Amino acid sequence: MESLSKRAKVLEKKPMTLAERAYLPAIFQGLSITMQHFFRAATKKQVTIRYPEETRPFSPVFRGLHVLKRDEAGRERCTACGLCAVACPAEAITMVAGERKKGEEGLYREEKYAVSYEINMLRCIFCGLCEEACPKAAVYLQADKMAPPRFERDEFIYGKDRLVEPVTPDNRSKRGIQLTPEQADKLRTQLA
Amino acid sequence: MTLPALGWQGLVVLVVFGVSLLIATYSTYAERVIAAFLQDRVGPDRAGPFGLLQPLADAVKLFTKEEFFPAGANRALFVFGPCLAMVTALMSSAVIPFGNFLQFGDTIVHLQGIEINVGMLYVFGMVSLGVYGIMIGGWASNNKFSLLGAIRAASQNISYELAMGLALIAVLMISGTLSLREITLQQSSAAPFVWHDIFNWNIMKQPLGFLIFIVCAFAETNRTPFDLPECETELIGGYHTEYSSMKMGLYLFAEYINVFVASAVMSVLYFGGFNFPFQYEMRDWLVSAQGLELVTAQNIITIVGLLGLFGKIFAFIFFFMWVRWTLPRFRYDQLMRLGWTILIPLAIFNILLTGGLITFGVIK
Repeated sequence: MESLSKRAKVLEKKPMTLAERAYLPAIFQGLSITMQHFFRAATKKQVTIRYPEETRPFSPVFRGLHVLKRDEAGRERCTACGLCAVACPAEAITMVAGERKKGEEGLYREEKYAVSYEINMLRCIFCGLCEEACPKAAVYLQADKMAPPRFERDEFIYGKDRLVEPVTPDNRSKRGIQLTPEQADKLRTQLA
Repeated sequence: MTLPALGWQGLVVLVVFGVSLLIATYSTYAERVIAAFLQDRVGPDRAGPFGLLQPLADAVKLFTKEEFFPAGANRALFVFGPCLAMVTALMSSAVIPFGNFLQFGDTIVHLQGIEINVGMLYVFGMVSLGVYGIMIGGWASNNKFSLLGAIRAASQNISYELAMGLALIAVLMISGTLSLREITLQQSSAAPFVWHDIFNWNIMKQPLGFLIFIVCAFAETNRTPFDLPECETELIGGYHTEYSSMKMGLYLFAEYINVFVASAVMSVLYFGGFNFPFQYEMRDWLVSAQGLELVTAQNIITIVGLLGLFGKIFAFIFFFMWVRWTLPRFRYDQLMRLGWTILIPLAIFNILLTGGLITFGVIK
């Protein structure tokens, strides 16, 4: 068959020379290569990232552990509409909706809220469709946190206790709607 | 031999035993660090400073693992296998002369477990027995992979022991003795032939023999590129597939002790043992310029020689590991072809060559 690219080389099978058959020159060549690597590793910085002390840089669009956001007054934004659960291709999200009672206006932003909100991190594929589906800007996938490994399966079902972000403005997730400095100050004085 | 001298000699035996174990322990650590460095990695650095406590952590892990007996295994032989491997590995270090002698007053302590005039034969015997540990373990496991690994180990050891023995015969033709201590002393510059130690080491007279010997030493200790008995890819561990816990640990340990002994034997046979260059000049200088007594100077020389021998041994151990992380494993037919059609004829040629050189008085 004619070669179209004209770049193909025809290789001949040549008998090995004595040096090649003796195998020793090749061994010494290999040994010198590994020794170069030895001194490179001993003197320069190795490629290894020592994990707990050093971490790889995360991409700003990395989709990690979910967070349920609060608004500027510290109220939960989620209204338990269920759109995230519908959007979820992995059926990872379940929730129970409840009606806000009188006196709970400081806790929940809307009249309807999520009594329980659970994400199964073993089902979740971290696609971010829940984040896109949410009309209240309540659920986000954080770019700097991952769902850590656990020993038991039930520990991977994250409830509201681990999903809702803290009230304090300084511990808020950097993802999604963020507080302006004035809002943060206001929240700080409210908490104090 | 008086009783206190016997006591000292017993202490030497204990120290040799302890040092063999310690070196084997830290060989595991060294292997991992060297492997890591050769691959541009870091290696164990979590347990203690520079990961130096890693062997302890490994030992704790091995001791606390489940003792597993495979179904249908011969329980007695299954336990006996690793014990035999360990015992023979430890016994072979007994005749290695680690140093010349120390003199305290009237007592002379030879830095050697036992001095016997068939030292080299004894080492060979022990190394040959070592393969029984692997054979018995592989047989008793009731597992086809283990048995295959054991059979490979046996045939490999027999094949390479032949070439190793033939390489050794050329050394014996020069030395005229099997005693490792005598062979070492002949390589010092007090012997009348040449002036300085390095030129009197057997490596200068037996370069081809040494090459054969070191290749066979790799095969005898089941190290890469001759680690067919345990090759992970084909035999999922070979003879120690079914082993767990400290029985597994004993097999791994025995391998490192064998590496240590092989390194020591090579240092003694070919690299002058505890001799080092200018040792007699140094002793005379200590006596004449520093005004030390001859006995004290001799003790100092002995200790420096001891450290020198360990330096040679460590260099060999490093070489073993360096080769392991450079070369891939031989195929089985390549292994056999190398052993039977290349090494054994080469060793016989080396014997003829040595005989010729001795006859014509080129070497003595």
